[in-house]
Amino acid sequence: MKIAVLSGKGGTGKTLVSVNLAALAGDAAYIDCDVEEPNGHLFFKPADVVTEEITVKIPAVDQGLCNGCRECVEFCKFNALAYVDQRLMIFEEVCHSCGGCILLCPLRALTERDQPIGVIERGFSEDVRVMTGMLNTGEASGIPIIKKLLADVPAGLTFIDCPPGSACTVMESVRDSDYCILVAEPTIFGAHNLALVHELAQLFGKPHGVVLNKCLEGPNPSEQYCQAKGIKILARIDYEQELGVLNSEGLVAIRESDRYRALFASLLEAVREEVQHETALDPQR
Amino acid sequence: MLIAVPVDDKSMKSKVCVSFGRAPYFLIYDTDSGSTDFITNPAAMSQGGAGIKAAQTVVDSQAKVLLTPRCGENAAQVVAAAGIKMFKTVNDSIQDNIDAYKGSGLSPLEDFHPGFHGQGGQ
Repeated sequence: MKIAVLSGKGGTGKTLVSVNLAALAGDAAYIDCDVEEPNGHLFFKPADVVTEEITVKIPAVDQGLCNGCRECVEFCKFNALAYVDQRLMIFEEVCHSCGGCILLCPLRALTERDQPIGVIERGFSEDVRVMTGMLNTGEASGIPIIKKLLADVPAGLTFIDCPPGSACTVMESVRDSDYCILVAEPTIFGAHNLALVHELAQLFGKPHGVVLNKCLEGPNPSEQYCQAKGIKILARIDYEQELGVLNSEGLVAIRESDRYRALFASLLEAVREEVQHETALDPQR
Repeated sequence: MLIAVPVDDKSMKSKVCVSFGRAPYFLIYDTDSGSTDFITNPAAMSQGGAGIKAAQTVVDSQAKVLLTPRCGENAAQVVAAAGIKMFKTVNDSIQDNIDAYKGSGLSPLEDFHPGFHGQGGQ
């Protein structure tokens, strides 16, 4: 069972929700797909960490074999190649590793080489399997790391901490999930960002519910959005100093406070009920 | 000698295009004969790497000088590899800039902006 936690902007509480649910669930996995700025590991502080380097395939040219036919230059949809002054130029950060240029080269002047783009760290925090994708600074796309992270998801309950927004990295993170938890702030901006991920969840046909985080007194535009669209509200988390302090100290709230343990337990229960309900509705899932 | 200029339309009355990589056309101006040729920029609608492809087009045009308001790092590498000199345009008038170039009134373009690669697609 894969539960993706997403939001239209950063800082709404994706990591708070996914870390605490994974810590609470017992024998669960936490996967940080926010590869540009992964932070779940700061809370879990996993032990026995094994690091795997993630690479992509980049073409390398033997200028001596290249005769300047330009088949590769013409083919590349991303324009990662240019032929100037009798030399082939390769722009590695533009390359999307499709391998087409290598297949096409009639003189076999192009070969593959591995270019490291980041790492995956795998470890344990108590009984939680913690997997963290880390993209190197300056790399254009974290997609290969996310694909690798989600390629070998262990059986059992898995929480996927998605990147913020609704771009392709988020789609990749959500694609194989069984349920989406959308985390939203109580502002007009928050409601707008909620709408973005709500549309994404609908586009992918994923059952979903909302966690209203940082709740304050007064009207909550994100709650109004849920009511208008008929979206299930899974939990409300109040804007409290105690939680802020726990977070700032890198502590897992449910491991420190019975009150937060109870709050996230009811959220986990709500998610389980929703997923069971969805499975009953659609046995194909 | 040929000069390349990114332009908005196929006319000397058009303007210098604010973008190099995404310019719809390049003017290829012959300083010896004063003749003009407008070539389509195949990179204008590219998914990515527009600057590189646009620069390849300019290189292939045999131009030796490029007048442009700005240029990305990757495009600049391609242009520089071909030995093309780059100058910064002073306004959006095509003729003004050609005249300024002939009168040695343009400064070399030396500040190149980073690319916008990887912002779309996979």
